Amino acid sequence: MEMTVAEALVECLERENVEVVFGYPGGAVLPLYDALYHSTRIRHVLVRHEQGGVHAADGYARVSGKVGVCIATSGPGATNLVTGIANAYMDSVPLVLFTGQVPTIQIGTDAFQEVDITGITLPITKHNCLLKDPSKLAIVVKNAFHIASTGRPGPVLIDIPKDVAQARISFKYPSTVRLRGYKPTYKGHPAKINEIAKLIGKAKRPIIYAGGGVLASNASEELLKFAEAISAPVTNTFMGLAGFPGDHPLFLGMLGLHGTRYANLAITECDLLIGLGARFDDRVVMNITSFAPHATVVHIDIDPAEIGKVIATNVPLVGDVKLILKELLPLIEKVDRSEWLERIKSLKAQYPLSYNRDSGLKPQFIIEQLWNCTKGDAVIVTDVGQHQMWVAQYYHFKKPRTLVSSGGLGCMGFGLPASVGAALAAHPGCKVVLVTGDGSIQMTIQELATMMEQGLSVKIILFNNSALGMVRQLQQYYCQGRHMATHFQFHPDFEILAKAYGIPAYTFRTEEDVIKGLPEVLESPGPAFVNCIIPPEENVLPMVPIGKGISETIECE
Amino acid sequence: MEKHTLSVLVENSPGVLTRVAGLFARRGFNIDSLAVGRTDRDDVSRMTIVVEGDKPLIEQVTKQLHKLIDVIKISNITEDEYVDRELVMIKVAAEPSQRVEIMHIAGIFRARVVDLGSKTMTFECTGNEGKINAFEESLRPYGIKELVRTGKIAMLRGSKFVALSLAQAREAESA
Ligand SMILES: Cc1cc2nc3c(=O)[nH]c(=O)nc-3n(C[C@H](O)[C@H](O)[C@H](O)COP(=O)(O)OP(=O)(O)OC[C@H]3O[C@@H](n4cnc5c(N)ncnc54)[C@H](O)[C@@H]3O)c2cc1C
Ligand SMILES: Cc1ncc(C[n+]2csc(CCOP(=O)(O)OP(=O)(O)O)c2C)c(N)n1
Repeated sequence: MEMTVAEALVECLERENVEVVFGYPGGAVLPLYDALYHSTRIRHVLVRHEQGGVHAADGYARVSGKVGVCIATSGPGATNLVTGIANAYMDSVPLVLFTGQVPTIQIGTDAFQEVDITGITLPITKHNCLLKDPSKLAIVVKNAFHIASTGRPGPVLIDIPKDVAQARISFKYPSTVRLRGYKPTYKGHPAKINEIAKLIGKAKRPIIYAGGGVLASNASEELLKFAEAISAPVTNTFMGLAGFPGDHPLFLGMLGLHGTRYANLAITECDLLIGLGARFDDRVVMNITSFAPHATVVHIDIDPAEIGKVIATNVPLVGDVKLILKELLPLIEKVDRSEWLERIKSLKAQYPLSYNRDSGLKPQFIIEQLWNCTKGDAVIVTDVGQHQMWVAQYYHFKKPRTLVSSGGLGCMGFGLPASVGAALAAHPGCKVVLVTGDGSIQMTIQELATMMEQGLSVKIILFNNSALGMVRQLQQYYCQGRHMATHFQFHPDFEILAKAYGIPAYTFRTEEDVIKGLPEVLESPGPAFVNCIIPPEENVLPMVPIGKGISETIECE
Repeated sequence: MEKHTLSVLVENSPGVLTRVAGLFARRGFNIDSLAVGRTDRDDVSRMTIVVEGDKPLIEQVTKQLHKLIDVIKISNITEDEYVDRELVMIKVAAEPSQRVEIMHIAGIFRARVVDLGSKTMTFECTGNEGKINAFEESLRPYGIKELVRTGKIAMLRGSKFVALSLAQAREAESA
């Protein structure tokens, strides 16, 4: 079939079952938008800033498990994507991004709105390319979706010069991909799987340290079976949350910097550490020498480069968590681990998460109430900061893909646009709640308009502490309380602001407000904005001080 | 620290050198030398990369390189028997009275004169790193005006070789 490259691109997207694309138009993508004009199957979501576009595509991908797609024009459109691409790269989120580029003959001449976006995004994409040969479009797009969504997922960018987009080609969508330099390993080595089964049989104090890879691999069910079969407690990384039921007796909550003390102590005492799709991040390991000092380390990951990168591993195993757990399960022999499980129980009893309810409306209380209202049946999106950590600590995730948050990049401004994408991906009837901070939301607040335009019912809960709370906390501990540039001297009236967008808005100042108001807000049909006034001096605890091992936490007094 | 020689087959696509060089720079790996050129196939180039580092570092380098879609195959040939060569061109100050002496040195290293100026001579010399270094040191006293080295290229000895697998060879060019 003969058509333009732009038309062929839309055809490719339809073949990849893309239902929603997020984007922002411009001169260099005129041909592409013109082609989209004719598509009846693809819904285009006009964001208000390209960063919002990538984050929305990211949120969409995290909730749906599908590839998120985003379009931006050349130059400033493309550079506005950069933060969002870095975010998706750090958290291994599958995205395919299309940028317009100046016409081929102008490339390299500092033409109007020309930037070398493939050069700029080289370190933050799984792969990228500049499409020079129009006849390669279909294969390039096919490869992009394949690369983005297989192995360790990640963002792929395709830069398309305007003249290439306008070129006419005969279109044929390839049925297979042929990439000789890219063959991710899924199946685990059988000998290694046997070895791991034996190690588990011998272990007295095994622990499962499960990360984002469990969600990427859709292995939550297998993880639950595995944990129960070997009677081992499970701790999640921040990215791994929602991969294991938060109310399960074997669950230890999150580990690491702001992890529970019992998870961190269990790691310190364990004799076998089973890492599943987790990358031993510095926020988790903290001090390498005191991380799981008595443990034999098993590390299962689809990315060989993650194994042995941070800590020495006794049994490395490359492959897909889900497949490997499936093969491992029948090899497991029942071992009595009541002693270890008793120890875990007493650690939990001895060091529960706690906060002072002395005065004011405490953020932790709001999260507890949020859990009471939803019982885990909601998608929770967060921004970055203290509120994000309180969500991690006090909300009990029940089902996979119900937490959407920026972990690796820790990117403020992610929340609101990601909630737009999440709401488009969530099942009808599933609540989408954004927990955000007064700093974060102001970084991408323009996306309220996108949310309203798309008719999405996101419930926005703003933790308003008039501060960049997380950094204020750092200054309290590490700068002897010299709070520099972390207290806002001015705020808009958030309630009026939300109303300006047509969003019903409320302000909560007391526990009563929350108890009375929150269920109502959550049950209301449309969007809502709740401005929660919380004490500025509240800290996220427990916390592992810089340089200390994870067992040396500062607790709530 | 040990030096490792990696023989890397890559797609002959634009930007592949940038991808590899960028990876080394951003992960803090040091490239000792890098030589790149086409192989017997139009669509495949070979990079011979010499990296300095201990075992775990080289392992990371290799794994990270593998993550580049354009990298098809990596062989660390350091432990194998291999032949390696480098080409150097050296322009050395040479008064007419010194030329015989300099030619004599060149003879020892089997270097050839490729150009002659009124006050300079230019040599080309191939060999392994040690030989090239020795040649350079021998000419230094006369005054080296300019020196260009290609970086090392290497090939396994005997019947072993670093090449695409059959399947890879069949998988013709992709994007
Ligand atoms: C303010 C702030 C505080 C934070 N504090 C903490 C904290 O206290 N504790 C904490 O844990 N985190 C914390 N984080 C998050 C932290 O920065 C990292 O994002 C997180 O720890 C990484 O999680 P992960 O190891 O699960 O890796 P991810 O980034 O989720 O990586 C997933 C891993 O799984 C692998 N994988 C992917 N697919 C598969 C598959 N199919 N099969 C097998 N493997 C696969 C990947 O190769 C990768 O290694 C914090 C972040 C912020 C912003
Ligand atoms: C884009 C960006 N800039 C700066 C930071 C550093 N930073 C981390 S948390 C934080 C404060 C976040 O404030 P807010 O959104 O109000 O959340 P709170 O911590 O108060 O809950 C800052 C400035 C960041 N993570 N991202």
